[in-house]
Amino acid sequence: MQQIKRWLWSWNEQFSQILLGLILIIMAVLLHHASPFFMTWDNWRNILDQSALLVIVSLGMTFVICTSGIDLSVGAIAALSGVCMALAMHAGLSVELSICLGLAAGAAVGVFNGLLIAKLNLSPFIVTLAAMSVTRGIALILTKGIPIYGFPVNFTWWGSGHIGSLNPPILMAVLLGLLAALVLNRTKLGYYTLALGGNEEALRRSGVAHKTYKTIVYTISGLTAAVGGLVITARLNTAEPLAGWMLELDAIAAVVLGGTDMKGGRGSITGTIMACLLLGMLRNGLTILNIPSYYQQLTIGLIILAAIIISELRLRNAPGHGTITKED
Amino acid sequence: MVAKTSNPLVRVSHLNKSYGNITALLDVSLDIYAGEILAIVGDNGAGKSTLIKMLAGVVKPDSGYIKVREQTYPYLSPTKAIHLGISTVYQDLALVDCRDVVSNIFLGRELVYGGLMVDRRRMEKQARQVLDKLQINIPSLKTPVGLLSGGQRQGVAVARAIIQGGNVIIFDEPTAAMGVQESAKVIRLMQELARAGMAVVVISHNLHHVFEIAERICVLRHGQIVAVCKASDYQPNQIVELIMGVTPITTDGIGVQKDAAN
Ligand SMILES: Nc1ncnc2c1ncn2[C@@H]1O[C@H](COP(=O)(O)OP(=O)(O)OP(=O)(O)O)[C@@H](O)[C@H]1O
Ligand SMILES: [Mg+2]
Repeated sequence: MQQIKRWLWSWNEQFSQILLGLILIIMAVLLHHASPFFMTWDNWRNILDQSALLVIVSLGMTFVICTSGIDLSVGAIAALSGVCMALAMHAGLSVELSICLGLAAGAAVGVFNGLLIAKLNLSPFIVTLAAMSVTRGIALILTKGIPIYGFPVNFTWWGSGHIGSLNPPILMAVLLGLLAALVLNRTKLGYYTLALGGNEEALRRSGVAHKTYKTIVYTISGLTAAVGGLVITARLNTAEPLAGWMLELDAIAAVVLGGTDMKGGRGSITGTIMACLLLGMLRNGLTILNIPSYYQQLTIGLIILAAIIISELRLRNAPGHGTITKED
Repeated sequence: MVAKTSNPLVRVSHLNKSYGNITALLDVSLDIYAGEILAIVGDNGAGKSTLIKMLAGVVKPDSGYIKVREQTYPYLSPTKAIHLGISTVYQDLALVDCRDVVSNIFLGRELVYGGLMVDRRRMEKQARQVLDKLQINIPSLKTPVGLLSGGQRQGVAVARAIIQGGNVIIFDEPTAAMGVQESAKVIRLMQELARAGMAVVVISHNLHHVFEIAERICVLRHGQIVAVCKASDYQPNQIVELIMGVTPITTDGIGVQKDAAN
């Protein structure tokens, strides 16, 4: 009996990825039939290029959601870090140093979120909602609301350069994706990230510095959002204080679509990446088919709704939530 | 060996704790000796879990102190308690249901290689060894513990305490969800641990078990210690009377003495 339950369970664990894989293939076949252009290498490089930003930001979001948290500030962080890079470069700093400064700014917002959430025990939703406003506000104040543009070529390379037939954002997404999967599944940090979402009190009683680990998780999210900011700014050769608008919602959608449990304790980097590709392919396909963008918005919204319903039904009687009381 | 002739491994002294206007513990003092099984009994809400949670560093006492190996602490943290060799099997087990057996057994003590990567294979091997020693049957170590039976879950919690490798092991009703055979195994394990020189503290409502294994019995009522007595000097029904407060409080000179309350 237990074997059967376990087998069902492990199938369940893979369920999202299998389903996503099937949907990806079916959609690809349909789009291929609808337009011969879809299956060309150029178009696929375009899809990958378009998805890279979302993949990078969603990686950090996956960690956060695995702890049963949420980070609404990633879009604003992307904007702020881009603005910091731009200002630093225009102030005459080197490209490398400017990038580091921008990433540090993103990480700093993450640390700030993490400290408030972990040490003061505040709600992640409220803290990151406030951080979203504050961060966006700082980006607007620093730029006085005016986009900054015109950067050295070795900066714009990060957005639109070439490495073989790929470009840096795609390679960064691949490398960071591998790294994230390794960290989540094979390191203490990953184990504790999932335990934080599963039963934080158990983690505390096991003598783990649970608050520190929670802070680290939000820092990771701030950092990946800042890398997202690098990609946006370098690609557009412009630092926009309003860049990354609603990026947080796309990232959350991708993570949930990828099978990570909003209640925490269970998550998949592979699933997140596949979901980003699915969203990218969908946008691309709808564009190729000349479907107006407001229908795209609707379609994507419906797909996310379906994904949440499926995941909710699937996990309803899964172990992990509500079975342990925090105090006896 | 006779416990009271040696120094206590752990001494709690004048511990107090209240939640709002509920007094969970009132001036509780108790010594814990190596090589001995100490049972803590009392009715529901008597304060047993609160007391051992202070030893485990999970609950902070309002006042009083805890002395471990001649070092005095006003309170412990879970990290500190584990570091000092105090391992606990909690009443609620403190398991992460969505994580598998291995991750739960090694929670907080993951084996790593290269200082970074979790060493699954070594952890699985050791987990298997401990579970085999406990004779707990869990077909796959990759099963999320939320899918296990109540007894298996308690087995996982016990295995975690063993892996932590302390010299004081506290069991808060470890056999509550176990069958006759499994309980017998855990009881045998406690006896083995005590024989190996560890201090074993066990909370149980099963007086039959208590009299089978414990050398000393500490009776709590309404947050106060009403008696600490040698098991061999008492009959189960006398303990029941102490728990329920039928007879006046007795002291017999072993452990800490208490005046009559009420
Ligand atoms: N976190 C808490 N908040 C408020 N009251 C608490 C808390 N923890 C314990 N108490 C109260 O303290 C008292 C002692 O509780 P405790 O859990 O120590 O009892 P116990 O002896 O372990 O009982 P049981 O046999 O039912 O496990 C109870 O009245 C309980 O309601
Ligand atoms: Mg209790």
